[in-house]
Amino acid sequence: MEALIAATIGLLTAGGIYLMLRARTFPVILGLTLLSYAVNVFIFISGRLAVNLPAIIDKSATAYTDPLPQALVLTAIVISFGMTAVLVLMALGAWLTTGHDRVDLEDGQ
Amino acid sequence: MMLSHWIIAPVVLPAVLAPLIVLAFRRDLTLQRVFSTAGTGALLVLALSLLVASAKGPELYRLGDWPAPFGIVLMLDRLSALMLVLTAGLALVVQLYAIGTGWDTRGKHFHALLQFQLMGLNGAFLTADAFNLFVFFEVLLIASYALMIHGAGGDRLRAGVQYVAFNLLGSSLFLIALALLYSVTGTLNMADLAVRIASLPEGDMALIRVGAVLLMLVFAIKGALVPLQFWLPGTYANAPGPVAALFAIMTKVGAYAMIRMGTLVFPPDVAATGELIADLLFWGALATLIVGAVGVLGATTLPRLAAFAAIASMGTLFLGVSSFTVQGITAALYYLIHSTLAGAALFLIADLIRTRQSGQGIAGRGLMACLYLAAAIALAGMPPLSGFLGKLMVMQVWAQDAALVWSVILVASFLMILGLARMGSDLFWKGPTEATPALPQPLALTATFALLAGVVALTVFAGPVTAWLQTTAAALIDPAAYIAANALPVVEAK
Repeated sequence: MEALIAATIGLLTAGGIYLMLRARTFPVILGLTLLSYAVNVFIFISGRLAVNLPAIIDKSATAYTDPLPQALVLTAIVISFGMTAVLVLMALGAWLTTGHDRVDLEDGQ
Repeated sequence: MMLSHWIIAPVVLPAVLAPLIVLAFRRDLTLQRVFSTAGTGALLVLALSLLVASAKGPELYRLGDWPAPFGIVLMLDRLSALMLVLTAGLALVVQLYAIGTGWDTRGKHFHALLQFQLMGLNGAFLTADAFNLFVFFEVLLIASYALMIHGAGGDRLRAGVQYVAFNLLGSSLFLIALALLYSVTGTLNMADLAVRIASLPEGDMALIRVGAVLLMLVFAIKGALVPLQFWLPGTYANAPGPVAALFAIMTKVGAYAMIRMGTLVFPPDVAATGELIADLLFWGALATLIVGAVGVLGATTLPRLAAFAAIASMGTLFLGVSSFTVQGITAALYYLIHSTLAGAALFLIADLIRTRQSGQGIAGRGLMACLYLAAAIALAGMPPLSGFLGKLMVMQVWAQDAALVWSVILVASFLMILGLARMGSDLFWKGPTEATPALPQPLALTATFALLAGVVALTVFAGPVTAWLQTTAAALIDPAAYIAANALPVVEAK
């Protein structure tokens, strides 16, 4: 379980960084999305891995999983979703006004 | 207690005002202007009264009345009150300038976005919870994205995409750092983090060290510390003039967060991080100073020059911070106030000159040249203005490393003087010089003069200001009162 999650986070991060270095808006956005998935999983496991344990108080429960990272990850998902939407719109605007989708600026700008 | 509820007012006021402006006054620019300016004015009054109240020591505000560390808490102390006053003052000036030049008519919702930006800034300065700091960072960032592309245009949009992408990456790093800190300590309250990290078992220190460096990396991105400064020149040079001036406080958010976390959670005497952060900051600051100064020398347009001057000023500021002494933080805070005012003034002057430039030369050339000269003297750190005093204080802090630090500071100052002088002579002495029609912009000029008056006041009242900042810095270096104000529950040793 630990190895699987760690490998998942590593792969998502690696893919995200690779795509972000492409310097075209579409791969950059995909890369940032992959990276934010990796971050979300990472936050989620910061409360340690627990299988089949409740997060809220339950009479029949023998142990609990940490509920706070679940709340944190919810906030993080909402924020990264909103930010990605902003970035998509701005990239679209930049593409429509300049006619290309390169991320880098020319010299002297 | 009466005071306690006022602490959240700087967040609530713009948070209420912004939707009101969008929903109720969407079609009426005059009402937008009146309400937004009145709101920022009220914010300034509020911030000033909180500044007076903060002299009594740190004051806690519990959101939802949940005790720390279980609920999110806000904390008003001298540093946060100072940042609130600076933000509100700068925002008011920027707003008057935007109204005076008509920048707020070139796109929709300028005033609403400005209020959202203020909400995020004030929240970031007040919060005493690391995750809440992240949330307020995002609030101020999303408002800044929209402000940055205000008025649109191809280059501005493309620079905006870069800015957003850079900051999204920064946010990811922030979250990773927070998750690391949480996984080791089980808390995100800053004071609680400080207590727990100070008494950490040996085996957990490596993770904390990684988390601490990642966190400082995020603040370094915000503070444009080399090698993480690449987003700044394009963003600031392409942003609308008043927005770039407002962004002068945005780099200071990074500096604020660095000072807050660096003195409270990761001070140099903590075993887990030790001198690591101070060392990284020191070398980063020296490099920032050099890159900024060389950038000033090489800049071909005034907005780009102003952007590189902003980077150089962050270098000087972080040099003060990186000593993590009372004297160093005092110098850094003094320089922070100075560089916010002077940097914003230069962006406004750059915008004024841009609007006044035509084939016949610059309208009101003499006045513009005088304004530019004053801002240039302030930014280069030449006497008699506060930049000189600030730089002198930073140099005093590093008196024992004079050979390295002083030479870097002095060479950087020299390069900046050269760059600023060259830009000034290019702008004002070349090109057509025949008389051009005057261009009255009373409100915009008042705003610019107000910023320069602030610099002059900071110079004249340097004594009392430094004394006040010294008390602030002492409270930061010894944060016992800050931690005690959180009223953390006592945990028995396992």
